[in-house]
Amino acid sequence: MTAHPSTGAAASTADRSARRGAVSLRGARLSYGDRVLWDGLDLEVQPGEFLAVLGPNGSGKTSLLRVLLGLQPLSGGTVEINGRPPGRGDRRIGYVPQQRSLDPTLTLRGRDLVGLGLDGHRWGTGLRGRAVRRSGVDEVLAAVGATDYGNVPVGLLSGGEQQRLRVAQALVGDPDVLLCDEPLLSLDLAHQRVVSELIDTRRRSADTAVLFVTHEINPVLHLVDRVLYLVDGRFRIGPPSEVMTSETLSELYRTPVEVVRVRNQIVVVGAQGSLCEEQPHHVAEET
Amino acid sequence: MDALFDFQLTAQLLTYDFARNAVVAGAVLGVVAGVLGPLVVTRKMSFAVHGTSELALTGAAGALLLGVGVGYGALAGAVAAALLLGLMGQRDAERDSVIGAILAFGLGLGVLLLWIYPGRAANKFGLLTGQIVGVGSTDLWLLVGCGVAVLVVLAGIYRPLLFSSVDTDVAIARGVPTRLLSVVFCLLIGITTALSVQIVGALLVLALMITPAAAAIRVTSSPLRATVLSVVFAEVSAVGGIVLSLAPGVPVSAFVTGISFLIYVTCRLIGRSRLARAGGRASAAQPVTATTA
Repeated sequence: MTAHPSTGAAASTADRSARRGAVSLRGARLSYGDRVLWDGLDLEVQPGEFLAVLGPNGSGKTSLLRVLLGLQPLSGGTVEINGRPPGRGDRRIGYVPQQRSLDPTLTLRGRDLVGLGLDGHRWGTGLRGRAVRRSGVDEVLAAVGATDYGNVPVGLLSGGEQQRLRVAQALVGDPDVLLCDEPLLSLDLAHQRVVSELIDTRRRSADTAVLFVTHEINPVLHLVDRVLYLVDGRFRIGPPSEVMTSETLSELYRTPVEVVRVRNQIVVVGAQGSLCEEQPHHVAEET
Repeated sequence: MDALFDFQLTAQLLTYDFARNAVVAGAVLGVVAGVLGPLVVTRKMSFAVHGTSELALTGAAGALLLGVGVGYGALAGAVAAALLLGLMGQRDAERDSVIGAILAFGLGLGVLLLWIYPGRAANKFGLLTGQIVGVGSTDLWLLVGCGVAVLVVLAGIYRPLLFSSVDTDVAIARGVPTRLLSVVFCLLIGITTALSVQIVGALLVLALMITPAAAAIRVTSSPLRATVLSVVFAEVSAVGGIVLSLAPGVPVSAFVTGISFLIYVTCRLIGRSRLARAGGRASAAQPVTATTA
């Protein structure tokens, strides 16, 4: 599981995945000046694993994604995606952002948005290779059930439809790792389920590792293999049943936190109710 | 009215070099402005283009006063403005007001410089409203050269530039150097604006760089199709406007803006029904593809 990358380039995919994480952080440290976001972070995410990244705002969740996207160098330690350091515009990585409202007059159709995910970062006009791009885009649009609105201006689509396209945009490059930054935010329950199922289907069918940054674990709780919970430089990694407990979270937050399981949902209640379920992290940050 | 549309005179005038130069200059500008336009509109930079053109005027006025080539002055002014705007970034909340402040100052300075300039009044007026007959063959080659350079650079950066314009967050995540592209794009706008100032005048650069693109994106949402339409509209406006202005000797801008605005209004009308249909899409998810101008 933590075998050294030098073990044979000829190793088969299955072999390789058994030895080494799709994402591998060792002794990773990230700090801005005196402020340490996290230190000594050892994390191996296996191919096909679904890892939820939780924590209050400013705990370094987004910075972790930036490190994996190759946009932010670590202050210490190493980071590898399938045995190699991440780079800008890395084909091995798919990125799903949170839903944002788009201008209804934006000159962009669904298929254009998806196509940019394939090679939008490359120089040139992109006029060559249009046929290849089109077939790749058609394929992934079909895979996420967005064929019907591939030609509709993205600004006219609903938030849920846009997020389907975002998943397609992330998958069109056939990534090994899927980085999701609050992709369910501002979606209704039905669309939350659709989008998270799409991500789940992908990781099961293609053995794609998923890092899912979220402030709300419940919509994906049934999919999550492990949780990385970051609070103020402290962190805990483990299955939800171990991390999402009153004891662990109280320790992380250094304040009494009650974790209640209601049906299949996890409700996090802070001391004096200051950690309400809706926005536990904003409040926690202020205390 | 006879004087306004005298085709015989127009045909006769077109045999002269100055008229041919003007038409070629308009055609070059049409292509460059038409290609840049959709990106300008998408990046919400119409006002920035306006500001750039005002500073091109200031530069040109300064050059006129110093006895340097007006074209170089315009280029210097526009490039300075473009760099300033480019460095401010696309999301800067202050951008609008900064452009407004710089624009006002630049225009004021330009007016002062023109007032000091002792030469012919026609030269001054020409900077504002265009002076197509002033395009000599040297100017023309400079213009063609710059136009080609702008198009070549744009071809090199087009895809990541489009990415960063329409989908900034993901473009950044994919490692697109959005900041650098923004500066380069502003430079391209600066150069194109400076070229346009000589043809259609500072005040009407918008007619070539904004209006055709604004019209095009009303009738299509495909970036490629929008660019093609925008070029066609800009060509029709620029070349059509220049040819029509020859016989009556009216400032070029009047016709160029008139034609481009007519196209714009038409496209808005077409686009309204298109958006309404797309809003009610459920079965028919195909947007209307406009084939008529």
